[in-house]
Amino acid sequence: MKKRPPKVLIAKPGLDGHDRGAKVIARALRDAGMEVIYTGLRQTPEMIAESALQEDVDVVGLSILSGSHMTLVPAVRQAMNASELQDIPIVVGGIIPDKDRADLLAGGIHAVFGPGAATDEIIKEIYAIAHREDPKKGQS
Amino acid sequence: MTVQDILNGNRRAIARFLTQVENNRDSVSRELVELFPYSGNSSIIGITGAPGTGKSSLVTALTKKLRDQHKTVAIVAVDPTSPFSGGAILGDRIRMRELSGDDGVMIRSMATRGSLGGLAWTTQDMVRVLAAAGYDVIIVETVGAGQSEVDIMRIAHTTVVVEAPGLGDGIQAIKAGILEIADILVVNKDDLAGADKTERALKSMLELGHPTKSHQYGDIPIWIPPIVRTSTKNNTGLDTLLEKINGHQQHMNQYELRTALLQEQFTLEFNKRLQVTLFKRLVETVEDDTFAGIIKRITQYEIDPQQAVDELLRAVDFSIHLE
Repeated sequence: MKKRPPKVLIAKPGLDGHDRGAKVIARALRDAGMEVIYTGLRQTPEMIAESALQEDVDVVGLSILSGSHMTLVPAVRQAMNASELQDIPIVVGGIIPDKDRADLLAGGIHAVFGPGAATDEIIKEIYAIAHREDPKKGQS
Repeated sequence: MTVQDILNGNRRAIARFLTQVENNRDSVSRELVELFPYSGNSSIIGITGAPGTGKSSLVTALTKKLRDQHKTVAIVAVDPTSPFSGGAILGDRIRMRELSGDDGVMIRSMATRGSLGGLAWTTQDMVRVLAAAGYDVIIVETVGAGQSEVDIMRIAHTTVVVEAPGLGDGIQAIKAGILEIADILVVNKDDLAGADKTERALKSMLELGHPTKSHQYGDIPIWIPPIVRTSTKNNTGLDTLLEKINGHQQHMNQYELRTALLQEQFTLEFNKRLQVTLFKRLVETVEDDTFAGIIKRITQYEIDPQQAVDELLRAVDFSIHLE
């Protein structure tokens, strides 16, 4: 059976109020045929985990411009794991220094996109991550 | 994942199953068949209205009131699919953040995926799953609706149509369509100028006669849709709205109108499923070349489209293919 385009949650954890990047990405993913749940500003890790669970998304995308990604991203991963959502991958977009990028990727984050990332690349990557061999899809 | 997990209200199991339901609308699912007998005990409230009238905020406010009464609530929020890319931005949760962290609330967004009646094809099945999962109240929020998105009346026990000031005049109010399906009319954004005028227009529409008169059962008094003014910004009118919703549901129960409503809704659903299934099974039996040939003849104005359908149907042996 042909796979549907991924369903993606785009969330902004933490306190920064700059959501233009998140909206641009949400729109680009929509134009690529995806269904995008957009939850707005200032989401706590628990709120993000709850949305991911209820909406049964394939991928969670976090947009962080505040510089606090090294605190927020692991917190979201932890909150999601606590809700037994270990199998849902997380990607991160924002202003992320190279060193932090390596640490995040090593810590189980599936992709990190900086300010220069082309939307085409992001779309391709999200497709690849969502449609990777997924233990969850095997069960029924 | 088992049917039992869903009946027990396991939210991960419910969420995953909803995805399956959403992605396979045509096939019979064993789980849906097993869940169906448990799906008749929830109140189903439909919230519809034009884009920007404040439906999502109203749903949030209503849900909070229902939670105060210890009722569990599931929300199905529908947003439109882009006709060009097939993608969608589902943004109703933005206005529902106050409901987060409450295990008695389950919110699910869905895209219309090409359906035009204000809901998706599978919204009905999703509502049924949530009902079987035991939610006391299920609120279905339609896409921003105009004059013909009336599918919600085929699902909801109580349909609330939300208006806001400044959207139309008396002529809009007497046209057929979305206002006609209202069990309750809401003038939301009561804090804005023009709310009086909107209320007056709706009132005069109701005075001109309400279509439910044609649906009278015996001596039962007709339900006249009340008009409720609300403001989610100032938190006013919401208790009255909930009162009216409860009043409508009592009206429907008290006089066993619910049976009549369900009969009507299930007839529509059955007919629709019959249509879709017959079409699908029939199309499976016809060769692609035959279709191409028919379209070619129509395109060359050799044969009228309805004549072509009749001709095709005469050639089909129904007894073989429709088992």
